[in-house]
Formats: sequence, C-alpha cells, structure tokens
Amino acid sequence: MNTWVFIDHFKGNALPSSWEAVGVGKTFGNVTALVLGSGIEGLAKTAFEYGADEVLLADDATLADYRAEAFATTVSKLAAERTPDLLLFPTTTRGRELAGMVAIDLKTGVMVDVTALEASGDRIIVTRPIYAGKLLTKETCSSKPQVITLRGRAFPRPATQLGRSGMLTKVSAASGDFQTKVEGYTAGEGGVSLTDASVIVSGGRGISNNPTFTPPGGLDEKQAEAWRGQQGYKLVTDLASVLGAAAGASRAAVDAGYVPYVHQVGQTGKVVAPDVYIALGISGAIQHLAGMRTSKVIVAVNKDPEAPIFKLARYGVVGDLFQVVPALTAALKKKMGK
Amino acid sequence: MKIVVCVKQVPDSTAKVVVDQGKITWGDAPLIMNPWDEYAVEAALLQKEALGGSVTAITIGDDSTKETLKRALAMGADDAILVSDAAFVNMDTQATAQVLTAAIRKVGAVDMAFFGRQAIDGDSGLVPAQAARLLGWPAITLASLIKIDGITVHAERGIEEGRQIVSTKLPAVFSLTKDFGEPRYPSFMGIRKASRAEIPTWSLAELGIPAPVSVISWPEIMNPPVREVTCEFITGGNPEEIAETLADKLLAEKVL
Repeated sequence: MNTWVFIDHFKGNALPSSWEAVGVGKTFGNVTALVLGSGIEGLAKTAFEYGADEVLLADDATLADYRAEAFATTVSKLAAERTPDLLLFPTTTRGRELAGMVAIDLKTGVMVDVTALEASGDRIIVTRPIYAGKLLTKETCSSKPQVITLRGRAFPRPATQLGRSGMLTKVSAASGDFQTKVEGYTAGEGGVSLTDASVIVSGGRGISNNPTFTPPGGLDEKQAEAWRGQQGYKLVTDLASVLGAAAGASRAAVDAGYVPYVHQVGQTGKVVAPDVYIALGISGAIQHLAGMRTSKVIVAVNKDPEAPIFKLARYGVVGDLFQVVPALTAALKKKMGK
Repeated sequence: MKIVVCVKQVPDSTAKVVVDQGKITWGDAPLIMNPWDEYAVEAALLQKEALGGSVTAITIGDDSTKETLKRALAMGADDAILVSDAAFVNMDTQATAQVLTAAIRKVGAVDMAFFGRQAIDGDSGLVPAQAARLLGWPAITLASLIKIDGITVHAERGIEEGRQIVSTKLPAVFSLTKDFGEPRYPSFMGIRKASRAEIPTWSLAELGIPAPVSVISWPEIMNPPVREVTCEFITGGNPEEIAETLADKLLAEKVL
C-alpha cells in the first residue's frame, strides 16, 4: 500500500503522534512522510530516523506558519499527482482540519480519531470511539485514497535508528490567493499537553473544599468559590510537577473558574488515555468518565466512598484530599529521588 | 451581516449511551442542542449585535429536530430552517457538509457561517473545515476570539501550543471553542417567540442538489469492553501512612 503520513509540527518540533502515525504506516509497507514548513529540513532527517522511506519536503516561506488553506492545497495537489492509497494524519488540531479539507479536494471520506486498524484486501477497517468513547464503531471507506486520522497515544511510538536515511524529494508549495494571514501567537501555559501525557493529575469540585481557605474580602459567592478552587488546584499542580504529569480538571472545576478550559478532560473537553490518571476530588460524572476511562491505571482520592470514579479506579483513597495529597506528593518526591 | 449557524440535535451529554441489538439507544435521556453548537449560536448572536443583520439557524434532521432550532430561536436567532429528506440516511461528514453548504448557498449572500467544533455523538469535528472547503471560504476553526472590521476578520484560535492569531476576509466559516464565552440562556420572550415560529423545511429538491453519496460506512457499532477492575482501597493509619502505601503501590506498577 502506498502510504503517506503527514508530519504535524510547530516551528519544527513534531508532535509525538506524528511519529506514532509513521509507525502505523510502516505496518502497511513503505512510508512517505509529508513535511511542510519553512526551514524544516532537519525534520525530514528525523522522519527517516523514525522509519520513513521517502520524504516529500515542501520547504517554502509561504508555509512558515500553518494555514489550513495553503497546507491543504499543497497536500491535495501532491496527492492528486502521486495517487497514494492511504493518507495518515495524527488527530491534532491541524491534522484533523487538514484531513477534512484534503478529503473534500480528493472526493473521498475521512475516518477520524482512529484507535485501531486492520487491512482487509485493499481496504482498511478502522475502530474509533464515538460518544466520547461510550461506544466504539468500525468504519470503512469505499473511495480512494483512504484518509485516516490516528488518535495520539493509541499506537506505540517507533524506535529511532540514528543515521537512517531515505529518499528526499523536494516539492513545491501550492500557490494560490490564500486569504488567511498569521499575525502571531500567544503561548499557552507550557507544561505537558494532556493528549500526549503519560501521567495526568486532575482536580474536580472537591479541591475547593478546604475549610482553612479564607477568600479575600469583597468577593461575591461565585468569585469566592473560584478563588478557593484556584488555591486548591495547587494540590494538582504540585503532584503533577513531581510526576512530570499534565494537569487536568473536571468540567465542574472549569465551569466554576478554578482553571482555564484547556485543562478540561471529558466529553466536552479532551479525551485522554494516559498510563496513570490520578483523580482528586472528582466524583466521576459520566461525561468525565467517558473522557478518561481507557487510562491504564486510575487512582482516585475522594471523600465520598460511593463516588462513581471508584468503579474505574485501580487504587482508591476515601479521605481528606488536603491531608492525603500533600503527603502523597511528599512520599513520591522522596521515593522517586526528586 | 448575514449570519448562518449550523446546529445539531444530540442525546444529552449525561446520557448513558449503549448499543442494544445493533442499535444505539440512550434510554429516556433528553435530546438537546449539541453543547458545542451553543457556543456557535452565542458567537453568531454577538456578531449580529455588534454589526447588525440577521442570524439563521440550520439543522439537518427529521421533524423532531425542530426542537433544537427552537432553542436557537429562543436564544435570539431570527429564523430557522430544517433541512430534511428521506435520502439523508447514514450520512458521513462530507455528505453532511455538502447538504449544509447547499443550504448556506440557498440562504444566499451569507457573510459568516458558524459551527460548533464537533458534535458530541459522532465526535468527528470535520464538518466546519469541510463546509469551508466546499464553499471555497477560509476556515477559522477553534476560534476563541473574533473581531470584524469591515470585511476583515481578526481572530484567535486554539492550537496545541497556545493560540494562533490570524486575519482573513469574509465570507468565512468559523468553529468555536468553549473559551469563546458562555452561551446565553433563552429569554422568556425568546421562548414565546420560538414556540410560535413557523420553521420551513427544505428538501433536496429545494436545495437543488442530487442526493449526496456517503463513502464511509460503519458495519458495526459496539459497546466498549467492560473495564475489569476492582478498586483496592488504601486504608489504615494516618494520611502519611496511607500516602506511603499508595506511593509504593504506584511505583510497583512501574508506570510512573
């Protein structure tokens, strides 16, 4: 199968799910990596080390910043000329958007956010979660090329082979009157991203319930609640920093103003599947559980022994967060030699 | 400013969704406007309030989905259109985008089309970008901020690394993230107006397009494997001892 993999990157730093996609592509034979950007020849080299056999490199100033129209037109033009059978994208914000647009250009469909796949003749049958993972569906596409986006962390990252090389083919960026201009960026909070994290520590409503928190005067009830939650969230970030983990939150915690929306895990937030998910003060509403239920080891600390989160948890502590969590952070810090 | 907002009716996010004899069921959970689409309606209304014009809500579905259009009307949309046809079965995202695109064209002279970032049933998140591509308009997906100056759009959009600040020209397609701002509740007057609204139905013939062909099929829908796990509760001793035991168990799992 002639398989292409789109390498998603930001200023030359590839998102890890791009390499996972190269690994998936290799199971169907040789892989051609698509590397689009400006001054990103180094990324082509890395793609070979992760297993790409060929790299189509569009290194052009007009591709310096991701713009959906310019990127989609370039990918579609290359695909129309060179007719791959299978186009793989990581399910990142850029990957998902591009897959959708390229599929329109090539008059085909997209199977999105796939967690498993198998070849059946010249077709691929995929498995993907729907309803935030409450259900799974098998899908197949009757048209060519088959376009698939792969969920991050659903597939292993291939080992690199230093110095491995392949065929580098320089291609040109599609020209066109693209209306969208990129004016700049504002950085996120940094830290580990939820979808790439192998460990996540999350906080829920319970993190605001510390009776020793006394909000400053002049706040209304809602502001005081948000203030208490923001203070309590330090339990989450302290433990996360010891573990090198990403910091998550329940919808209730986000809606109450403890933390910004980027931290939300669940049906209307991010769907995650880390190796370890530590839920602090999260009772486990069905929308939250849908977003983290495939985590390998779930740990829950909650004062309510009946909290639904314990039904998914491998380890549970029924108790006071504000005593147990600092002690846990200290114990792990000592034992992990940090 | 002529504004369209595309909405979808879905089972409530608290619904327990299961497959029973090959069919998806959600018990007696209510059907609601897709939560992401509420942000799209809010964004559309804010633009109308800032710039003047009208907001038209569009959905694809059967007669029962008029309830979701009524929700959009109650929030403040000026009119609503149901796009419905017996040919609309098991549509994939590109087929859905084709139908919505045809409806947007039929509304005519649309400046801005708003979408939620994805629907919480199919979770594809492809339709906004695909509709933009079919319309030949720029797509500002995952927008958290939109400012219009004449026909120039200034926007911020969420990406993995933070926010991307972009500008583009109308007409354009937008999808919204939750950062955009809380959607409003329907007003009492809005609910009264919506309950009396006559919602026209457009069929394929009225859209003037052939039946869209879906290329994605889903031969099997399954309940996820049951998670076989019994929670081991760590008890006994003071919080420090509990923490010590839990830390040892976690380290023994070799996952940290």
